[in-house]
Amino acid sequence: MNGMEPQVIDDFTWRVGGPQGGGIETAATLFAQVLARGGWWVGARREYHSNIMGRHSYLDVRAARRPTRAFFERVDLLAALDAETLARHLDEVKPGGVLVYDPDAARMPLSKLPMLDGAAYKRIAAALGGGDPVLERALERYRESDVRLVSLALEPLAREVGEAVGADAITAKKTLNTVAVAASLALLGYPLEFLDAALADQFAAKPKVAELNRKVAAEVYRRVEPLADVALEPIGSPGERIYINGSHASAMGKVAAGLGFMSYYPITPATDEPFYLEAHPESGVVVVQVEDELAAVNMAIGASMAGARAALTTSGPGFALMTEALGFAGLTETPLVVSLYQRGGPSTGLPTRTEQGDLRFALGAGHGDYPRAVLASASVEDAFADAALAMNLAARFQLPVVHLMDKYLASTTRVIEPFDTGTVVPDPGVVATDAKGVFPRFSLAAEGGVSPRIPVGTPGAGYWITSDEHDEIGHITEDPELRDAMMEKRAAKIEALRKWLGPEEMYRTHKPEAGTLVLGWGSTEGVTLEAMEGLDMGYVQVRFLLPFPDLEALLEGKRLVVLEYNQSGQFAHLLAQETGRKPDHLIVKYNGRPMTIEEVRAAFEAVLSGEAEAYTVLRAGV
Amino acid sequence: MELKLADYKSDLAPDWCPGCGDYGILSALQTALYKLGIEPSRAVLVSGIGCSAKTVHYAATYGIHTLHGRPLPVAQGVKLANPELTVVAMAGDGDGMGIGAGHFVGVGRRNPDLLYLIFNNEVYGMTKGQASPTLELGAQPKSLARPNLQSKVNPLMLAFASGFTFIARGYAYDVKNLARLMQQGIEHKGLAMIDILQPCPTYNNLHTREWFAPRVYDINAEGYDPRVPREMSDAERAERMARFTLKATEWGERIPTGVFWHADLPSFEERLGTFLPGYPKTAPSTRPPGGESERARALMRGHRVAK
Ligand SMILES: Cc1ncc(C[n+]2csc(CCOP(=O)(O)OP(=O)(O)O)c2C)c(N)n1
Ligand code: SF4
Ligand SMILES: [Mg+2]
Repeated sequence: MNGMEPQVIDDFTWRVGGPQGGGIETAATLFAQVLARGGWWVGARREYHSNIMGRHSYLDVRAARRPTRAFFERVDLLAALDAETLARHLDEVKPGGVLVYDPDAARMPLSKLPMLDGAAYKRIAAALGGGDPVLERALERYRESDVRLVSLALEPLAREVGEAVGADAITAKKTLNTVAVAASLALLGYPLEFLDAALADQFAAKPKVAELNRKVAAEVYRRVEPLADVALEPIGSPGERIYINGSHASAMGKVAAGLGFMSYYPITPATDEPFYLEAHPESGVVVVQVEDELAAVNMAIGASMAGARAALTTSGPGFALMTEALGFAGLTETPLVVSLYQRGGPSTGLPTRTEQGDLRFALGAGHGDYPRAVLASASVEDAFADAALAMNLAARFQLPVVHLMDKYLASTTRVIEPFDTGTVVPDPGVVATDAKGVFPRFSLAAEGGVSPRIPVGTPGAGYWITSDEHDEIGHITEDPELRDAMMEKRAAKIEALRKWLGPEEMYRTHKPEAGTLVLGWGSTEGVTLEAMEGLDMGYVQVRFLLPFPDLEALLEGKRLVVLEYNQSGQFAHLLAQETGRKPDHLIVKYNGRPMTIEEVRAAFEAVLSGEAEAYTVLRAGV
Repeated sequence: MELKLADYKSDLAPDWCPGCGDYGILSALQTALYKLGIEPSRAVLVSGIGCSAKTVHYAATYGIHTLHGRPLPVAQGVKLANPELTVVAMAGDGDGMGIGAGHFVGVGRRNPDLLYLIFNNEVYGMTKGQASPTLELGAQPKSLARPNLQSKVNPLMLAFASGFTFIARGYAYDVKNLARLMQQGIEHKGLAMIDILQPCPTYNNLHTREWFAPRVYDINAEGYDPRVPREMSDAERAERMARFTLKATEWGERIPTGVFWHADLPSFEERLGTFLPGYPKTAPSTRPPGGESERARALMRGHRVAK
């Protein structure tokens, strides 16, 4: 951004950091909306502690001229709403980028930051030359890396401007987020009218608050001098585009596929889905918050047995409690979808951070052998389509489907074209229409293992369901021949499902002719594709983990790289098991932070130059 | 076609031990459904795992034999998906008061329109007679290696604390009265629980049919009125709670049966109906298919960048 002519911007990242609960999320949403209204493709990711108030939290909002799905380590503008943000994000503003900070914060010694934990304190103190550094030293550090410092006392500004437009002190303080956004946009020279319209919309339900915030924004624009050499301009109109995160997209996909019932026990980051549906009764979904995950899964199974399309969301600890019932759904051939939002494990682990550590668990959860499908979403678009597909697979093949999501997808919000809801048609499955009297619900005359089905309560008929092995009408059996026949009937579903899906649904490729192929699953796709731009590499996104696609021919003679968010390389092991191919390079990350474009790019370059080890750990992130 | 009691019996012969109390419970349940004229195909019986859980296979209704401890969640799922059905959940005392006790408390707080039966034989029949959560402290039925080291839980008191709106106790071998209690429980709009004293001649040699026979008596026949109005003065509430507690904890020479508590609170289905347009008529299993895509689009409108 140096030089005198305002630079044309193609891609811009704004980071806002501050205490959890202080409203930085509102600020980021506002910033994102303002740019989205100007035709920018916006993505926002959120990082936060497992804490309600006070601990460090930040969001990145990236705006580009094309849709993007990943984020950089280094940003263009960092708005530090508190001292801790100044200290934690050293080296994360690009040379020539901008730091907006509060001069009071810079006068604080590091030891006075109330929420900074010991490990971070030691690391930052050392980076700033030891002792108990005053944060002026952090400013020097930013300056040394060519960052431009803009000192703006945001809080006093909020108070002063608020009062100038006639608000009392407490109300004025609440406009801090608007002040931060307005100051950033004013520096960048982005037109006020977009902010004004977004504010009117954000506070549509509270006209007085809207009025105050709009006045505050205008006043900030009057006071803040735009940077001479940067001009962020609107580039078009948003048309029909929507701004949505993975959780809401997943909920919407399920609704499009006929979701009728969802039971849940709260757990981060899986609760957003049921919570969203609770808030929107127009979805037509019966949502029940229950006493534990045992209740959640079994209640959904009951609803499904009675003919409702039922789904659950949970994350690792909750999924662990659901495993016995997952086998129950498998044995009783009950359609059930579980969206498993992975977070850092094991145990309570990193509750608010991302990971792909539950792959093996999803594949093997439960005792005994039973058919299930496991698929993983890569993006917000996938989350919608896959949630709908999972519902339809469950209905058609009468089995549990685990839909893998993760914290990164759950809390990353993007501007996208609207979903084509018309392409989703709820699959009724194989339904018996003339059931009378005792009905062979588990009939062995079943094509692809699927017996025609009627829900319990269907008038004029009856049958039994049991968690024991059973005969065709659902009574318990221990007969060896019946046992074999039932096991084989159920197992047949997997091949039937594979055929029904076809290879196009099971994986997708990008430049598969390249000599080096990266393989990934779930949310790594976005960062991989962007990091490999211009490199001589191809990519395979494996969408179905069970059944696993037939990849042998595709991988033949290629150098293979696997990239995933877990320590042991769970997907790499699965790949070896399914194809006999051990990847040449395994690149993993398990610190809970999303992979950055820079670090993935560097890892790929090392692979291509021959410098990479067989096992590389990525460690970026705050 | 006129329904007969035989229409509620499946072709499967029970495999319980001779003299087991479960026979009486099955018979009472079939009688209650028959007397209420409930179409067998509109009734769903839901059990857990244990000797008691096999009951559902012997009735010619829909029967769901779930996992150990989980009949209540499954039954609630069925009911909320299709509120037109008559749903009866049942559990052994281990199933209901041990491994599934969390659901006992949870369901009480919701008050769905279900009947819930506890088969109380004070032992884990199916796994060969270990102590169940309703076995008295210090008791040692014949299959226990040492006296029971844990105190018993009282299903009536726990039901009361959890908010059940119909609380009763029956005796497996008083089939006539038990059937009457079940009828009342099914007719009750909301959650009904019947703690059923169930002799297990194979493992519980302490509380046998002979032990129970002279002790059980009917509190309602003695004039105990269980009905509780929605609105009560503090004094009235205190008086009724005291009366309930005295009866519910009586145990020894005399063992009370009958209806202990009969209150009136909106059912969970009614509570849902205040938020979900048209529910229970629009329940997921009873509404006609269609409209899914419109519902998804309605959600999507809220996400438009430019409204
Ligand atoms: C999760 C689980 N744990 C343990 C068991 C083994 N098990 C089967 S039945 C039973 C106890 C049954 O006792 P109760 O519920 O009192 O029923 P009863 O047989 O006495 O009717 C147990 C522990 C099981 N099936 N599942
Ligand atoms: S063990 Fe007891 S409860 Fe089980 S069938 Fe025999 S008598 Fe009945
Ligand atoms: Mg028992």
